Amino acid sequence: MEILVCARRVPDTSENEITLNAAGNDIERDELVYSINEPDNYAVEEALQIRDRVGGNVTVVTVGGDDDEEILRRELAMGANRAVLISDDAFAGSDGRGIAAVLKAFVEKGQYDLILTGVQAEDGGAQVGGMLAALLDYPFASLVNSIQVEDGKLKISREIEGGNREINEIDLPCVLSVQTGINEPRYVGMRGIRQVASVEIPTPNATELGIDASVAGERAAKVKRLDYFAPPVGKGAVMLEGGTEEISDRLIALLAEKGGVR
Amino acid sequence: MTPRMFAYIVHRGGVADDSAAELAAAARQIDGTASPTAIVCGWGADLDAACESARAIYREVWKVANPALAYANAELNRQTLVRVVPPNSLVLVPHNHFGIDLAPGLAIKLNAAFVSDAVGIEGLVGGQLKVIRQEFGGQVSAHVGCDISSGAVINVRPGAFKPEPSPPVAGGVVDKSAEAGALSARRRYVETVVADSGDVDITKYSVLVSIGRGIQEKENVAMAQELAEALGAAVSCSRPVVDAKWLEKSRQVGSSGKTVKPKVYLACGISGSFQHLAGIKGSPFIVAINKNPKAPIFQVADVGIVADLLEFLPELTNRIREGHAVSAK
Repeated sequence: MEILVCARRVPDTSENEITLNAAGNDIERDELVYSINEPDNYAVEEALQIRDRVGGNVTVVTVGGDDDEEILRRELAMGANRAVLISDDAFAGSDGRGIAAVLKAFVEKGQYDLILTGVQAEDGGAQVGGMLAALLDYPFASLVNSIQVEDGKLKISREIEGGNREINEIDLPCVLSVQTGINEPRYVGMRGIRQVASVEIPTPNATELGIDASVAGERAAKVKRLDYFAPPVGKGAVMLEGGTEEISDRLIALLAEKGGVR
Repeated sequence: MTPRMFAYIVHRGGVADDSAAELAAAARQIDGTASPTAIVCGWGADLDAACESARAIYREVWKVANPALAYANAELNRQTLVRVVPPNSLVLVPHNHFGIDLAPGLAIKLNAAFVSDAVGIEGLVGGQLKVIRQEFGGQVSAHVGCDISSGAVINVRPGAFKPEPSPPVAGGVVDKSAEAGALSARRRYVETVVADSGDVDITKYSVLVSIGRGIQEKENVAMAQELAEALGAAVSCSRPVVDAKWLEKSRQVGSSGKTVKPKVYLACGISGSFQHLAGIKGSPFIVAINKNPKAPIFQVADVGIVADLLEFLPELTNRIREGHAVSAK
């Protein structure tokens, strides 16, 4: 099975507090730690496991710039067969549809049976997978938390309300957006990444993919982020301050009052 | 002029979901004078009952009956909407497990713009809809401008728009089934697998010690278990703890896990995503313990403590145990 995984590099919220910059119009990007978008990493692991069961190849693709190469190296170190960095200044300012249009052009240059994305990026809209499927006219399912390969089709389960799962059959080729927790992504060390340091990563641009400026980039974008701002303040918690013992005792008294200590 | 507005009604067992009224509230934020139309897809008695509950909220309800729509399948529902919705419309969809499946592809097929997970709407100015979204787990908000000249699909976060109580409007039902035509899917619903109840039923406890990513390692889960034991509580968790396989899925609180109604909820190392908060009902006393003072959980908690869990939890457990020793004398 030929599997394509669409991945993105994002600020890592487990490593950073995301705050507003001094001007208040963007997030503070100095010293941010970036990593692969977590659901995308699960998607790559799932692709590798499917490949190892049924054969084939895993290609990881991202749309971005030079900085984004690091996540592709990481996914190569995990075991992906090929990585591609689609890069062109003309794509800057693309909305979800623009990125999906770029990916569609790339998909049509190859032969893929299965296309995976992560379900959502921290700064994204859970949208590119569904849009890509619609542009390709492939069937799509979101929030996928298990994938079994059957003859010419897949048996998948989707996460729905209450921790329940919805089982579907879906024809190939298709696009699936993968939920976190579907597997346990393998560990990648510095040594693994060094071993793939010399693997060539192709960087096709808009011309090579035959992408017209009317489908991607800022001018094509119908949806634009105008600014960032501090989220509205809620009622706000009463903050307990002081030494650990003091805080503990105050908390225990409060818990006793609220029925939290038996 | 405001384009024609539609609300996609999610329904279950013949009853429209809470999102039906919330989408009507969101539509009022776009244009307080406009009258959105509800679209209800399904089959049989359930569909008729769902249309009844939608017409209490909407002046016009479009009903699409087809046996293939008896169980909501995003691919078939999308085909239906593409045939029924007129060009350049605004379509509001709840941002839930079904809406995430349906809406991005719907926007493409309608050649419309798409805004995901809107939490606020500031209105329509010169063909631009100004929408508020949250990013990075709610740590920052963003204004998004959406060009609606060829229509838009807006996914609306459940719970973000509060419906105003209003008397039932007794709207009219228009049968659009013929326009939808025949449907065929390359994705077929097989069955629903109900979640395991698990070893401990967290919905039965009045006190929950709930852990999130801040617990850092599987070995540290024992700290929460010890605290829970001292309090007579159960240990529950947020999604990352289940994803990492540190606790069973049956312990997860949230829209993709259990809905709980404790008296006291200790959120330990939980940032407070809306999906997690959606699983906490009944206004419990919420204590948030987190090392990030900016964590959104502090906005909804009653009491907050900025601390490293790995130091604070064992200390708290010890103090509680000591307190018991004293009171037992």
